[in-house]
Amino acid sequence: MTDRGLFRSAGFRFGAIYALLLGLSATALALFLWWATAGLLDRQTEAAINADAQGLSERWAEGGLPSLIVTIEDRLAQNVDDDAIYFLADRAMHRVAGNLERWPPNVSTPGPLYEIQVMRAGIKSLANVQRFDLPGGFHLLIGRDVQVRAQLRGLLTDALLWAILVVGLMATIGALVVRNLFRRTLANISATTSAIASGDLAKRVRLTGRGDEFDQVAEVINDMLDRITRLMDGVRQVSNAIAHDLRTPITRARTRLEDAAIHAQTPDDLRAAIERATMDLDGIVGVFQALLRISEIEAGTRRSAFTRVDIAPMLGEVEELYGALAEEQGIALVVVAAREVPAYGDKALIHQAIANLVDNAVKFSPSGGTVRVTASTLGKVEITVTDEGPGIPASERARATERFYRGESARSTPGSGLGLSLVAAVANLHGGELRLEDNNPGLRAVLVLPNPEDPAPRAAALQSKHDFI
Amino acid sequence: MRILVVEDDKDVAGFVVRGLREAGHVVEHADNGRDGLFMAASESFDAVILDRMLPGGIDGLKILETLRAQKNAVPVLILSAMAEVDDRVKGLKAGSDDYLTKPFAFAELLARVEALNRRGKGEGPVTKLVVEDLELDLLSRQVKRAGQKIDLQPREFRLLEYLMRHAGQVVTRTMLLEGVWDYHFDPQTNVIDVHVSRLRQKVDKPFPTGLIHTVRNAGYMLRAEQP
Repeated sequence: MTDRGLFRSAGFRFGAIYALLLGLSATALALFLWWATAGLLDRQTEAAINADAQGLSERWAEGGLPSLIVTIEDRLAQNVDDDAIYFLADRAMHRVAGNLERWPPNVSTPGPLYEIQVMRAGIKSLANVQRFDLPGGFHLLIGRDVQVRAQLRGLLTDALLWAILVVGLMATIGALVVRNLFRRTLANISATTSAIASGDLAKRVRLTGRGDEFDQVAEVINDMLDRITRLMDGVRQVSNAIAHDLRTPITRARTRLEDAAIHAQTPDDLRAAIERATMDLDGIVGVFQALLRISEIEAGTRRSAFTRVDIAPMLGEVEELYGALAEEQGIALVVVAAREVPAYGDKALIHQAIANLVDNAVKFSPSGGTVRVTASTLGKVEITVTDEGPGIPASERARATERFYRGESARSTPGSGLGLSLVAAVANLHGGELRLEDNNPGLRAVLVLPNPEDPAPRAAALQSKHDFI
Repeated sequence: MRILVVEDDKDVAGFVVRGLREAGHVVEHADNGRDGLFMAASESFDAVILDRMLPGGIDGLKILETLRAQKNAVPVLILSAMAEVDDRVKGLKAGSDDYLTKPFAFAELLARVEALNRRGKGEGPVTKLVVEDLELDLLSRQVKRAGQKIDLQPREFRLLEYLMRHAGQVVTRTMLLEGVWDYHFDPQTNVIDVHVSRLRQKVDKPFPTGLIHTVRNAGYMLRAEQP
């Protein structure tokens, strides 16, 4: 896989997304931890100060200044943690009671919570304080020493910062791992497809056997490659066929013309030779047309012409067309079908397929034999044509639908060896099949078409059986 | 007939023009789309033979569509190497009266062009076809020869009707397959010959002269015995 810049690589993108998601979740977790610890401590301090203020203001209301002073001193004496801070000052900000030496200079307005440096018993400390103004020009400062809490908060901050660093590192490593995993998985598919692009059509994507999404993609790709290979084989078969099977009639026509040019004695000889050569050429054109029609059918473009069709009248017409021929050759042509045989497909193609089967049967049936055409509609539509001719040996039946196949017994009869290929192509196009069986004696050809009640059988068959993405 | 041939291939065009002239027709030839359209639109023809792929920026289908857009109903036969079913459908949809694929036999082309002529005249509601002493009544679906009733199967009736409608013209096996059986593919066996020979048994055999003639390398023709 070539590296086309870091930012255009999907592997990098997936890695980056992984890192981003990890970073986001880690940050969210850190924020929650912060809120649950440091934030909680801050809120507790604020609540304690509020409770104190409540209590002291009740004292003030009950007993005035003396009561307040006593209460402050009581509280200071009872304060086990030694974290309470009280300071009561008069109008001139001089100390009346409390455990601070003087009013802290920054605390100028009542209301907000200040975080200030205080000197307590000669030791510098950190405190949260709030100012309350009392009637009579007194000022009250209530606070809590938060030195220990601030230290705790510092520790927490440090820990979280370290955690972010670790998370960043983990995210980077994780991103690299994700990217490499992604690349390795794709490398399998990529290696296969580039091998195919350079001509090795036998390569297939290796399945991991886990049946995951990548396996499903691999399966779809393998299915596609199989189909391409089949089509290529078809093309190769046709070119081989053209090379070998058309060479004979072309040679014959060419020989006739050349022979006539050299040896013809009279204009009539010449004309006769040319006429025969023209007939040979017409035969070649006919083969070409049949080949092209088969390729056209196999390409699947005719599927747009599918409609509901009734096969019964087609059978009638085929019987009508071939009946005279059969009768002349002493063959009984028997057609047995329901009044209506509904199917779904291309009318002209189904018609031609049936005509080809009957054509074959009449051609190979011995005089006095019976050609039987039946149609059944039990679920699938089955059109069966049987004859009492030589049939096709079991070993050759699989090859009988190949282009230009001609059985041993068919060598002496006219025909191009494309009739059954066309029927098979029509069957495939409709999502059905052509079955060749033994009729003891003779051939039993069954053209199977899907149930017309399932109006898009082929479309469904074409759809992927995988439902990912 | 006055026929316009629009065909760019010199050999094919020369062959077709010569053949049609020998068959007694007056033939004009255009070797590109522009001239073809100009001639077809400005002059009056009994039939136009039109190639599909033409030089000059205007292809056969364009010519045909332009003519039909101008309400020009001249019978058109498309002669094309484009042989797929869809191509044929496209040609017929564009307004052509017939579609013949290359390579073709000249006899087939001639027969089809002459058949166009008859079609072009618009025969109106004919109820009875008569050739010499053979009568075919389209309403009562009865056939008589020399006053004697002939029993025909429905398909034999249609075959005879087709031959009589084209009396004096060559009718090829492909035309019969298309016109009588509505088959658009060639069966590998000679089924048509069998049907024609059966028809002959009934229509010609019991009588002193034959009306249905085989035309070598082409097809059949129903015509009165030449004096």
